[in-house]
Amino acid sequence: MAKNKTLSYFTNGILNENPVLRLVLGTCPTLAVTTSLMNGVGMGVAATIVLVCSNVVISLLRNVIPSKVRIPAFITVIAGFVSIVQLLVKAYAPAIDASLGIFLPLIVVNCIILARAEMFASKNSVFPSLLDGLGMGVGFTVTLSLMGVIREIIGTGQIAISEEFIIPITSAVGIEPMLIFILPPGGFFVFGLLIALSNKIAERQGKKPVENAGCEGCPAKGMCENAEGCINNETEEKANG
Amino acid sequence: MVSTIVSIILAGMFTDNMVLSKFLGICPFLGVSKKVGTAVSMGAAVTLVMVLATAVTWPVCTYLLMPNFEYLQTVVFILIIAALVQLLEIIVKKFFKALYNAFGIYLSLITTNCAVLGITILNFTDGLNYVESLFNALGAGLGFTLAMFIFSGVRVRLESSKIPKSLQGLPITLIAAALVSLSFMGFAGIGG
Repeated sequence: MAKNKTLSYFTNGILNENPVLRLVLGTCPTLAVTTSLMNGVGMGVAATIVLVCSNVVISLLRNVIPSKVRIPAFITVIAGFVSIVQLLVKAYAPAIDASLGIFLPLIVVNCIILARAEMFASKNSVFPSLLDGLGMGVGFTVTLSLMGVIREIIGTGQIAISEEFIIPITSAVGIEPMLIFILPPGGFFVFGLLIALSNKIAERQGKKPVENAGCEGCPAKGMCENAEGCINNETEEKANG
Repeated sequence: MVSTIVSIILAGMFTDNMVLSKFLGICPFLGVSKKVGTAVSMGAAVTLVMVLATAVTWPVCTYLLMPNFEYLQTVVFILIIAALVQLLEIIVKKFFKALYNAFGIYLSLITTNCAVLGITILNFTDGLNYVESLFNALGAGLGFTLAMFIFSGVRVRLESSKIPKSLQGLPITLIAAALVSLSFMGFAGIGG
């Protein structure tokens, strides 16, 4: 029983609460960097490292950080790890650094990491937080890789593992690639279809489809400083009149 | 000088649109674009914070961090933005009550908006000077507002149309975004 529970911290992030497809967090990097498989994997791994490290540290500090300043404190911890990862990637994987570009420092504002800090790490002990971070990170990486594979195969007709090692897929049988899939519209399109698919599967299992992205479905809703900070219909009306 | 600035603003609004071609600020783009009014308010708030954040981060980075402490850029920028947003919220709440009612509630959401952090970092990767950076932020903010405005119009239409069951909600929103983004690709080549 205890073992199952420990395991569920890990698998939760991959299946039930897949951060991208079920929680709809971290949409910016999901859409932007998934032009190829390797980009997706690189982004996923970088975010996973930050997620695991920040979850562990925040979990260790959970009794020390006063709740009023917890968000700035979390962001500082996360930013620290992002800088470390950024330096490491620059030093050892310059190709990934070049292709991820600005999205590497932007891991700081990736909602997945802040949301897990707020929802999980600040309430749980170190080991579950570590597993949660790892599970969410793997879920993120798998989804990003999936999107990367789909877009790269349709958009270029091949999969490029490195500059020399390229596996031709549809280009081998002479099908003209649809370039639009590695351009921005393709990102939105593939992501939309993937969400539709995941909704369909969730529906079969008797779960609700994801309602909406952004603040409404955001599990980190409670973290906005004012309770009214998040836009639900009530505040929307307030804002309008 | 003037022509550079015009082309920076045009690029920010159309060819390099923040949301539709750079994928920054997708969360508010999908989350706050249900009504035209709220979408434009959010856009205005983001534009304001972008310009202010650039006004502060550019000198800090150029005169304090470069050339030795550039690796601190990410940490310093996010802290500056967080502090700035808080400060702005307090000031607007205290002195501009009407303004606060119009878009104050969006301010606290902006701290973790990747478009704001993105533009401050992009100013340096693109090697822009202070004035160019400010206009780059302005252009990007206007582009964000434009995208929000257009997309909220599209979504109002979506509400009243018949959509296959499995595509209802988020999937059709994303597919609509793909079409809006496709139309913005038509601007490629202008301003460059």
